[in-house]
Amino acid sequence: MSVLSFWRRKPHPPASGRRLLVPFTGGELDPVVLDAAIRIARAEEATLVPAYLIVTPLEFGLDAPMQKQVELAVPLLEAVEHAALRAGLPVDARVEAGRTPIHALQRLWEVERFDRILVPAPVGRDGGFTPKELQWILVHAPSETIILRPDPTLSEGLRLARTLDAA
Amino acid sequence: MAPGVGKTYRMLQEGRQAREERRDVVIGYLEPHDRPDTLALAEGLEEVPRLRTAHGGLELEEMDVDAVITRHPALALVDELAHTNAEGMRNAKRYEDIEEILEAGIDVISTVNVQHLESLNDAIFELTGVRVRETFPDRVLDDADEVVLVDLSPEELRDRLRAGKVYPKAQIKVALENFFRKDNLEALRELVLREVAEDVEARRQPSVLEPFSKQAVAERILALIEPQPKSQRILRRAWRSSQRLGAEIDAIWVRPRGYEPSEEEATQLAALRRLASVLGIHLLEIDGDDLVAAVREVATERGSTYIFVGTPDESRRREIFGGSLLSRMVRELPGLDIRVIADRAQKKAPA
Repeated sequence: MSVLSFWRRKPHPPASGRRLLVPFTGGELDPVVLDAAIRIARAEEATLVPAYLIVTPLEFGLDAPMQKQVELAVPLLEAVEHAALRAGLPVDARVEAGRTPIHALQRLWEVERFDRILVPAPVGRDGGFTPKELQWILVHAPSETIILRPDPTLSEGLRLARTLDAA
Repeated sequence: MAPGVGKTYRMLQEGRQAREERRDVVIGYLEPHDRPDTLALAEGLEEVPRLRTAHGGLELEEMDVDAVITRHPALALVDELAHTNAEGMRNAKRYEDIEEILEAGIDVISTVNVQHLESLNDAIFELTGVRVRETFPDRVLDDADEVVLVDLSPEELRDRLRAGKVYPKAQIKVALENFFRKDNLEALRELVLREVAEDVEARRQPSVLEPFSKQAVAERILALIEPQPKSQRILRRAWRSSQRLGAEIDAIWVRPRGYEPSEEEATQLAALRRLASVLGIHLLEIDGDDLVAAVREVATERGSTYIFVGTPDESRRREIFGGSLLSRMVRELPGLDIRVIADRAQKKAPA
């Protein structure tokens, strides 16, 4: 009996096998967007694929380690993964690099299949996708795409509640 | 580390200690910088007369290499290894003088600031904005039998500077605001500590150590992955730990011989490769039918000290009849720490 055999076992895929991509960048993911993504994935029995998009400057190769951005991405992905798993959702997180967030996103959907893409729109803050990028995504995304702009007051309220929870 | 930390003083202490041990010690060259403590410590130690040379209307003094070799002591103390000799000297650099003395069978103790090391020249420039002109090749330090770090905290060094123990009064203010800024000194100190740590590690004798702990001082993580979503988390956890430990990370997938990954596994593997590259992890894929044996081989070759493994999803039956993978790893990988990364997906979701 080989001890190796159990390393080969595939994970249990969700019943539907559907995959919901939630790309984000700029060091944060709005909690309202995350809650919406979890609700949608749960309703569709889909795997949630949170993907942090890293921007690699031209002077570096696309496969170069990006320490500063990874320092933002890793804890954020851990938190997103934790929230999804608490809700009983399978998660398959990604970190993807590109010259721009759009380039990174394009590289990701060129090699992986997603049934739906949920893109957070910024709520009056820096970071995240720009209106131009959102427009590009709407035109070029290979799957059904939702751009979710959360209610700013709800976003702030949820963030405050989480801060108080954490305290 | 930097001017004023007490390198010359320490060199003289070593010289005096050697003389007390009845070794024949001379000063080949001393740069006392008019520091009274240093001059006092040099008293009583024989100094080989220096060469005097005229250059641009100035009279300069250099070490007389031939005189030191002719005197042939057991130990010569030679200050400022990175010094550039005056024109007309046989060697352009003092480290070349030192090499001649060593070749003559004389031991040498010398002093140098970290910023003169050739390989650190660019890093020093980026950190301090100062381009150091007098450099020496790294091999000189590599060839030394022993490297001693003369360390002083940045604040202590600045205190010494303020007290006039390093430079004359007129230069103190400028020095404090430029090269001797606290952030500069902190960066230099970090550089020199790393350099000396690497030097110490390179000098360790692996033959006397356990095969699994050849590089035990520097942690090196080995993450065991497989083409599954949970491996993303294993790599991320390994990366986070590596940040605390200052460790390099390798990751391996041991692919059973002849095994062809499914389309889903190929996708997962590609995603893991991309994650590994942005995290700076070396991802290895090796063929093998015995996972533990393959891990042992890689761990030995890479000098791994810490294994990260996901929760094995082995059945109870397999565990009983085939033995638990983790028990086997603990048994067959002595000297390696093993950390099991929980599979959060196995946690029950709240109802």
